Amino acid sequence: MSFPYFPHTDTDIKGMLERIGVKSLDELYGEVPDEVIYKGDYDLPDAMPEMEIRRYFENLDKQNRRLTVFCGCGAYDHYSPAVIPAIISRGEFLTAYTPYQAEISQGTLRYIFEFQTMIAGLTGMDCANASMYDGATSAAEAMLMAMAATKKKSRILVSGTMPANVIETVSTYAKYHGFGMDVIPEDGGVTDKKSMADELLAGDVAGILVPSVNRYGIIEDLSGLADAVHVSKGLLAVYSDPSVLAVIRTPGEWGADIACGDAQPLGIPLNFGGPYVGFLACRKELVRKLPGRIVGATTDIDGKRAFVLTLQAREQHIRREKANSNICSNQSLMALYVTIYLSLMGKEGMRRVNDLSYGGAHYLHKRLLETGKFSEAFEGKPFLKEFTLRTSLPAEKLHAALAAKGYLAAMPMGDDLVSFCVTEKRTREEIDKLVELIKTVEP
Amino acid sequence: MKYYDKLIFELSQNGRCGYSLPECGWDETATDISACLRRESDTRLPEVSEPDVVRHYTNLSNMNFGVDTGFYPLGSCTMKYNPKINEEVASMPGFACLHPLQPESTAQGALQLYHDLSKALSAITGMAEFSLNPFAGAHGELTGLMIMRQYHLQRGDVGRTRVIVPDSAHGTNPASAAVCGLEVVVVKSKPDGTIDTEELASLLDETIAGIMMTNPNTLGLFETEILKIAEMVHGCGGLLYYDGANFNPLLGKVRPGDMGFDILHLNLHKTFSTPHGGGGPGSGPVGVASRLAEYLPYPRVERDDDGCYHIVGSDKSAGRVSGFMGNFTVLMKAYAYILSLGKQNIKKAGALATLNANYIKESLKDCYKLPVDKLCKHEFVFDGLADKSTGVTTLDIAKRLLDYGFHAPTIYFPLLFHQSIMIEPTETESKETLDAFVSVMRKIAEEAKTEPEVLRDAPHNTPVRRLDETTAAKHPILTYFEL
Amino acid sequence: MAKTIEGLYYSESHEWVRIEGEYGYVGITDYAQQAMGNIVYVDMPEEDDEFTAGEEFGAVESVKAASDLISPVSGVVEEINNDLEDKPELINQDAYSAWIMKIRLTNPEEKDSLMDATAYAAFCEKEQ
Repeated sequence: MSFPYFPHTDTDIKGMLERIGVKSLDELYGEVPDEVIYKGDYDLPDAMPEMEIRRYFENLDKQNRRLTVFCGCGAYDHYSPAVIPAIISRGEFLTAYTPYQAEISQGTLRYIFEFQTMIAGLTGMDCANASMYDGATSAAEAMLMAMAATKKKSRILVSGTMPANVIETVSTYAKYHGFGMDVIPEDGGVTDKKSMADELLAGDVAGILVPSVNRYGIIEDLSGLADAVHVSKGLLAVYSDPSVLAVIRTPGEWGADIACGDAQPLGIPLNFGGPYVGFLACRKELVRKLPGRIVGATTDIDGKRAFVLTLQAREQHIRREKANSNICSNQSLMALYVTIYLSLMGKEGMRRVNDLSYGGAHYLHKRLLETGKFSEAFEGKPFLKEFTLRTSLPAEKLHAALAAKGYLAAMPMGDDLVSFCVTEKRTREEIDKLVELIKTVEP
Repeated sequence: MKYYDKLIFELSQNGRCGYSLPECGWDETATDISACLRRESDTRLPEVSEPDVVRHYTNLSNMNFGVDTGFYPLGSCTMKYNPKINEEVASMPGFACLHPLQPESTAQGALQLYHDLSKALSAITGMAEFSLNPFAGAHGELTGLMIMRQYHLQRGDVGRTRVIVPDSAHGTNPASAAVCGLEVVVVKSKPDGTIDTEELASLLDETIAGIMMTNPNTLGLFETEILKIAEMVHGCGGLLYYDGANFNPLLGKVRPGDMGFDILHLNLHKTFSTPHGGGGPGSGPVGVASRLAEYLPYPRVERDDDGCYHIVGSDKSAGRVSGFMGNFTVLMKAYAYILSLGKQNIKKAGALATLNANYIKESLKDCYKLPVDKLCKHEFVFDGLADKSTGVTTLDIAKRLLDYGFHAPTIYFPLLFHQSIMIEPTETESKETLDAFVSVMRKIAEEAKTEPEVLRDAPHNTPVRRLDETTAAKHPILTYFEL
Repeated sequence: MAKTIEGLYYSESHEWVRIEGEYGYVGITDYAQQAMGNIVYVDMPEEDDEFTAGEEFGAVESVKAASDLISPVSGVVEEINNDLEDKPELINQDAYSAWIMKIRLTNPEEKDSLMDATAYAAFCEKEQ
């Protein structure tokens, strides 16, 4: 059977086997014990030609329902400009490996250098790495980094207002790596800083992890935390949506040592949860504890400006079991999405995205309260594009009823709390329609 | 390839714009955020037009080499062709617009894909169940080791805190073990890189959680004593972990489950043709034997009797390792590839990869030193030139290959030899391409004798030449604003 | 050929210690710096850190390698050589003047279990 990805003709195979000195393809496995050779038919479909593959996915695609998204919770429906897919699909970027051979990888190395610069700029930190898998794992790596960068510490503190999936991921890493993790309870929808400060007094805390915008959408006031954790020689890590950092106080401005989070809101489609792109940024003093790939500027032997993977002596392929992290890749192509997005948006575009999201979210917030079916959950707490309300309707039922009508909204947050999110993609008409629909939902 | 020296920041002009967004018609804007919570510093983002952006990144792409550009014989990286239909299906809007927290009933297509791919990987590897959540090979390794630990912990076997790793293993293995809180015990390999079973026997006791192995090993040689090793490790209560980095030659030929492995990870970006993207996104699904299924990370997908798909967890799960459910569109690409292979073509995949590797090896072993002259699988290792008198190093050879339009092989790994050149051609390369590569490698061996200085200064024809890595590491410049 | 200096004490992991009264100055040997190549970074301990002989106290890094520093003696760090922060190449230039840490010895007898210059030179020869 012919197959377009295998170029071998029968004549090729015959000639190649001759040079090798074996008689058949099977004989190439002569040393493999016969009992482990799989002789049966694989339980797979028959080989499909390209048009059938397309049809298969088109059919699968129909089993998904496209909803109008009024929900965030770690994945944000921002607009992704047309330039991005045009550039991303270039084979020179798409089909390249990690840029080990710098001489023929300057394209990848340069955009990563730009990405590092942009992430450092948005987070207000000195430097950033070439990216991590996603936000949850970037937070886990931030905590591994805090453990490695501090001495004689045995645990970390995580704010209970962090997104639940991030807390769970960090806790998995903590459990197996072998350090303690305590979740600090919330107070009125925000991190209980008093209780955090009390825990810090024990002196055994390597790092604390707090959100700049929390799971309820509230912009947290992180003042005082940096001082509190630095007194006991621990580190402050702040988790953020970098899109909103264009307008709200940055991890750097809060005095953070490490900034982490997911850059999906910067031009990456929802993709049912991935691939996204985590980021990890820090103060320069900590750069040698920063995990992952890092690109640096240098020159070549002719004196030309050039870029290269650097500080490799931190990494697993050199340090083996002594490396602080086992990561050996980055989400390079997703970092390119972000880099192109931020190039197009620039300072003003990022302000506009946030103004539109803010305006829409506050409009929806007001309209929902007017329906009488919602009340403030955290009175007066500031938010940007995402907010949480208490509802008098059964939360799960409300959520399901809206989904049935084509809206992803009112994400149940436990008790009778529901979360909403509005990005620049949502129009006044869509918001009004959603509100009218909610008015019809019976208790 | 043409040298192009701009960074996007250097194209910036105040007041230029590359975005196209609606005017803000809302009464309230982000400037209403109270001052103490507002950003004070400048974002320092560039201000460029859309044509600026397109030209800039197109120019950057012209300084890159990909599988689409040319032959990429990078050992242990399986740089096979990345089919274009995979890209097309992965960008279908119904998937691209799917929010990860949509109700199950509105995401049945995505959940079915997750389920079907898991089943296909089970069929291909002989493992009972899969989690597709891990993002990359290293992440799969870490997840697999977490499952290994959870298995022992759940059985109350708390003293198993050490894991055996061969000295020839890739650095990721010991690093993953350490991140997982396991102590690494190194088992020496024999001169051909296979595991010394006598030495292994002396290491096995009730503190051993398991062993991490690649098969074929880092020299591309099949571990022929694998069944004995499995029996020994199981006999002492340990588990066998299969690092799927080298699975490609076994694709369609040998299933790790049948060799006695309990846990494995696959690299979809290697064996299953998804593009490497300049370093990611990849995908590192983890498969386990049935007695370990309940320890797989959550969330997972299950199919009920009515054919509906549900997101589930398990009380005994090793935990959550990802924000959502992995690099989903990468999973779609891998499944498209599996559908194209089907039960027919898969039988040839590993064998043709093995054929290509042996063909290069046999064609070059007279001028490059072949430390282990046996049948290899998907890859093999030379220890530099056969004639060492010229002083030409593996680095020189690698850099010279760039001049001739080929990507370099993996170099200085494995550490078993001083001048390792690790070559993996994959099954998607034609005999003509292999012949062209062989002829260039022979030419380089000749140049080493006649004009070694050309090799020492190589590359000559690339956008930039050898770099000053020492200064880069000594005084790191990591952002544009430090330049 | 790697240099050795009389009067220093040497460990098998290629550190040297120079004893001055109750203090010891610790660095890496010329043999070690040659093996590493261009040193780009020294991961140094902090003042008041306490080490026992045989314990790791830091690391040296080149572009493609990293090597742990093992303290040849027990003690408390009195001072670190801050010059190495900006100029790690000082170790390549003269490994025996580029000390890494000055340590207050808690067990001066330990020097007797280390090698002298002649024994260390022979040790390196064998290792090569």
